[in-house]
Amino acid sequence: MVKQDVIIKNRAGLHARPASMIVQTASKYSSNIYIHKDDIQVNAKSIMNLLTLGGAYKTELLISVEGDDEQAALDAIVALFESKFEE
Amino acid sequence: MKKFTVLDLLELDLKPPRNLDLKCICGRKGLVREIPLPEINRPGLALSGFFELFVGQRLQVFGQGEFAYLQKLEGEGNFEYVEKFFSINPPCCIFSHSLTPSERFKELAEEYGVAVLQTTLESSDFSVRLIQVLSDIFAPQKTLHGVFVEVHGTGVLITGESGVGKSETALELIARGSRLIADDAVLLKRLNGNMLMGYSTNPAMSSHMEIRGMGIVNVAQVFGIGAVKEQKQLEIVVNLEDWDSNKTYDRMGTKGETVNILGVNIPSITIPIKPGRNIPIIIETAVLNERLKQRGYFAAREFNKDIIQWLESENARKLYFDNFG
Repeated sequence: MVKQDVIIKNRAGLHARPASMIVQTASKYSSNIYIHKDDIQVNAKSIMNLLTLGGAYKTELLISVEGDDEQAALDAIVALFESKFEE
Repeated sequence: MKKFTVLDLLELDLKPPRNLDLKCICGRKGLVREIPLPEINRPGLALSGFFELFVGQRLQVFGQGEFAYLQKLEGEGNFEYVEKFFSINPPCCIFSHSLTPSERFKELAEEYGVAVLQTTLESSDFSVRLIQVLSDIFAPQKTLHGVFVEVHGTGVLITGESGVGKSETALELIARGSRLIADDAVLLKRLNGNMLMGYSTNPAMSSHMEIRGMGIVNVAQVFGIGAVKEQKQLEIVVNLEDWDSNKTYDRMGTKGETVNILGVNIPSITIPIKPGRNIPIIIETAVLNERLKQRGYFAAREFNKDIIQWLESENARKLYFDNFG
């Protein structure tokens, strides 16, 4: 299990387009990927889950990944957050 | 497209209100002539000797006016221009109102090998119907592999590789109340410039489907005449394909893909097939969703708008607590 904290850096927050980018990236890996906000945990491979998180601008999230390709998956998801979802 | 001849025009089996009520009264040799253009001409000016810009390849329609003028010329014994008219080799002459030309006119028609047809209709009604019929015949067309069904009143073309389950999907849609227009091969024609009309390539086989393991099914007999339709406008293309785990499928439906057929853009969706996915239900829902889009309600965009609004309000709350909390 690997974990990393991220901050939502794009102004619009985690709306439909960033959420579908996360799902598309997460689906490439076999590991279980979860995103935590406070005490809520959601599956990063489910678009509806991600949207219910309510990830607004500057929200702090924790990503946790468990599985065979956990490090690669974590790096890919973190990179998405760092790139501000190309916004 | 193969040549469209005068005989083809005569043999068109059109049902009312599109019937042309044509019969050939002389010049049978000319029935093999090709009709090169979907256009008609009233030959009044030519008969009076004015041949400038006269388009001889058009179908020549004689109404009461032209008929009366022919009679006058006959009385004067002046058929010079009528002969010149025939020498230009029009595809055929059509008389409306069941008018029958004189023997002299018929002789010339035989001599030049131009068919003379007669219709019971009035010239204006006949012209309107004829132009409609000819523009359908001369419309750009294409045959596509797929099943064409009407789902909730919308024309849906189901495409995909052989064996992906197009016919089976269509069969379930039909059992649930959709209508079959064509199985396997669909003839599409572009009418009025921007509308695609789909037909069965062979009207005699239109209500039959082939289902693997069962053979030929006559849909009209099994499900009743209400389960089949002759033609329908194409509005959505549904492409079925085997589930590819390496491919990313549209998750939101915000993109609004289209496919270009004969120069017309038709909304399209791709549905990956996997055991446990009920494709007919997905198609029915996709069709209804598409109809909502055409009415201006785009579910995916409205949804995203709500999300962004909610995130904004969360943001505002957060700012408040950060500053004063």
